[in-house]
Amino acid sequence: MTTTKPSVAKAGGLRRSLGGNVRQYGIIGALLVIVLLFQVLTDGKLLLPNNVASLVQQNAYVMILAIGMVMVIVAGHIDLSVGSLVAFIGGVSALAMKDAGLPWLLAVLLGIVLGAVVGAWQGFWVAYVGIPAFIVTLAGMLIFRGFAILLVGVTVSSFPGAFVEISNGSLPNFLGFVANRDVVTLAIGGIAIAAIVLSQLRARRTLLRHELHVEPFGAFVAKIVVISVLIGALAWILAGSAGGTPIVLVIVGVLIVAYSFLMGRTVFGRHIYAIGGNLHAAILSGVDTRRVNFWIFVNMGALAGVAAIVTTSRAGAAVAAAGQNFELDAIAACFIGGTAVTGGVGRVSGAIVGALIMGVLNIGLSIMSVDPAWQQAIKGLVLLLAVAFDLLSKRRGR
Amino acid sequence: MSSNNVVLEMRGITKTFPGVKALQDVTLQVTKGEVRAICGENGAGKSTLMKVLSGVYPHGSYDGTILFEGEPCEFRTIRDSEERGIVIIHQELALSPYLSIAENIFLGNEQATRGVIDWTKTNAEAAKLLARVGLEESPDTKILDLGVGKQQLVEIAKALSKRVKLLILDEPTAALNDDDSEHLLDLLRSLQGQGITSIIISHKLNEIAAIADSTTIIRDGQTIETLDMRGAERVSEERIIRGMVGRSLDNRFPERTPHIGEEVLRIEDWTVHHPIDTERVVVDHANLHVRRGEVVGIAGLMGAGRTELAMSVFGRSYGTKISGRLVKNGQPIAPGNVREAIRHGIAYVSEDRKKYGLNLIDDIKRNITASALGKVARWGVMDASGETRVAGKFRTDMNIKAPTVDVVTGTLSGGNQQKVVLSKWIFTDPDVLILDEPTRGIDVGAKYEIYTIINALAESGKAVIVISSELPELLGICDRIYALSQGRITGEVSREDFTQEGLMHYMTMEREVSR
Repeated sequence: MTTTKPSVAKAGGLRRSLGGNVRQYGIIGALLVIVLLFQVLTDGKLLLPNNVASLVQQNAYVMILAIGMVMVIVAGHIDLSVGSLVAFIGGVSALAMKDAGLPWLLAVLLGIVLGAVVGAWQGFWVAYVGIPAFIVTLAGMLIFRGFAILLVGVTVSSFPGAFVEISNGSLPNFLGFVANRDVVTLAIGGIAIAAIVLSQLRARRTLLRHELHVEPFGAFVAKIVVISVLIGALAWILAGSAGGTPIVLVIVGVLIVAYSFLMGRTVFGRHIYAIGGNLHAAILSGVDTRRVNFWIFVNMGALAGVAAIVTTSRAGAAVAAAGQNFELDAIAACFIGGTAVTGGVGRVSGAIVGALIMGVLNIGLSIMSVDPAWQQAIKGLVLLLAVAFDLLSKRRGR
Repeated sequence: MSSNNVVLEMRGITKTFPGVKALQDVTLQVTKGEVRAICGENGAGKSTLMKVLSGVYPHGSYDGTILFEGEPCEFRTIRDSEERGIVIIHQELALSPYLSIAENIFLGNEQATRGVIDWTKTNAEAAKLLARVGLEESPDTKILDLGVGKQQLVEIAKALSKRVKLLILDEPTAALNDDDSEHLLDLLRSLQGQGITSIIISHKLNEIAAIADSTTIIRDGQTIETLDMRGAERVSEERIIRGMVGRSLDNRFPERTPHIGEEVLRIEDWTVHHPIDTERVVVDHANLHVRRGEVVGIAGLMGAGRTELAMSVFGRSYGTKISGRLVKNGQPIAPGNVREAIRHGIAYVSEDRKKYGLNLIDDIKRNITASALGKVARWGVMDASGETRVAGKFRTDMNIKAPTVDVVTGTLSGGNQQKVVLSKWIFTDPDVLILDEPTRGIDVGAKYEIYTIINALAESGKAVIVISSELPELLGICDRIYALSQGRITGEVSREDFTQEGLMHYMTMEREVSR
């Protein structure tokens, strides 16, 4: 019997290394197909520079929330309160600027800190009292929506210009233009490509040095070329938009890089996966599960603060009804992006791609002036199909 | 065996999974009314064979023929086989915890008239069946209020409700204590008297010797031999083991010359209460110690408080109102959580590696480093290649059978999973290792490897505490054994005085005040 075991294990290992990548490529492939589909359906309007820029600006909040949500879900929880939090924190920041006359930068900071504090409140109940996150954040959803309505009786608007710029402005074009394209944007694209190529090469070298399994060189090159072309194309298109690189894209980009690192390369990230994979084993391995759970919610709150700033800035106004259904957008993005409902599995990059799929659907259907009611129904269907596809492919793999 | 008495005949059964031939030309003949034991190492194909027989693997997914009571069978589902009177009871019991005994017995077979359940009839029928299996519980007791032993009896009652002719039990006593096992075996004998044939898959060789009329040995997906257990010549356990492993295991335990040093850990006056029923004393003023290079056993029946003792010492992972002292290397310590226990050099390998030991959806390397991430991280950032290197060394040293350390632990065999858990705790560099049932559910060959690892740990100066339900195992590997009964240390025996009878005497002391 010992003779059969290695081959079984090998098959599992191969399937995993392949399967993980196939899943990752599959979701990116799905995004590309949807982009191309809408490019055709909208007669090429989807990828017009200004549409791409507003795609980023309008969906930044989903990506920001999805980053926090993927951590929450991987750890085996859920957060239903982030939509209400966006309204509440947006309202507080807006009033801080309008009524208390706080400088816009301090108002931004206040929003993020307030988010962290609210996150700590929810984290306390989840981590230290042991109430399921579903209940705690359902309560939070009601509580903070209520606070938002109390606080923001009438729409608060006319903020300082710099604040509105966060979600509507672009990086200054101080390097001028080449062929009518913003050089700053092109430079950022170039730097991003160089960074990705270098880090991929380094990772591959490390694997090879330890004589570990690497993908064939051809596939490796193909992957890098595809990624580079995609980033290059995005930079090229954005460089042709009215403003160049949206400021909010920089914010989102920094968050993606930072949180991918946090989840993939740090002890804290490892603990999150351990808790979601097997809570009992994590406890008996000495993981301070309560502390980790607490900080996951603090972090989610802080990111909800960032999303609140971005949303309020984008709208140029704070209203009590802001952030409606944002939690569902973020959760859907995570699940489309391959996060496991049962926890333990999920990546920031997957959630971002999931958010982009939702975003492309949003803007594509809007350009085609599809009834918002139908838009919602279509998004629901896409979520269901994405998860069903994931489940079926896993079942076949087994 | 006269052929007209053959109730079941399986001929030329071959079953392949992608890449693996699980069964190869297996032949099995079972006589009416006998108790047949099926033995084999884990992965030998026993469970696969039973799944073929019961229709879990439908007809057409395997080659060969099955004749039951002389008629060919082509089962597509479990329901088909149950209609013919073949019922399989799996190791993991399939009862619904929040439903009553009666509801469970008739689940899928409800006693109803025109779709409305007749509760009087349901409960009355259930009561009759409970009487037949000797379970004195009301039919409306909920399953979650029953112990594993009684749940097993409910499963058998459920089988009887289906007018079972051939009862298949997959490791029925693996989770039972000795009393419950004894009762179950008695029940099988009385069912035998009622003309019911049984097939029992078991790892417990003494049990097989007690109950089976004949034993079929399966190795590497093939039937090796069938031994007549009621013949003139007694079939010894060694004889069965020889058949199972295809080699003689005269030495089931590797040799070791102990080099015992100074005391490492002393547990004094240790008392633990039940976490929910806080009045109940689970560990009662226990005193024990372990020295460098020593392997100390803790023997005790199910429910004696062995795991509770170990886990309460391991950073108070179990119990409330814990009192007593821990002395490590002469210094008093008081680890209040798992992290502190690890820092004090204590490691605990759980009895249930799937539930408490491993993250089954993650790979080998991440499991191995899970308890000591700080050793492969700087400023909270993981050193990925360092981690791979560490895991790779353990894979080689511990002989974990996997092509790389990126293999998901859920796909490994029990023995290899256990080696991963052991690696994880050795990586924390402990002074004291508490191993709770380190060889449970793993096959004979892998057990030997685990014993070798334990010996090596002791040789390297670690203090090792082994908790085991298998007395021969404790006698084989320990230098000293404590017997635990109802939370009290009732005896301490050194190697030169080891006897099973002596230990069993201590383990059963004062049992009359049982709960």
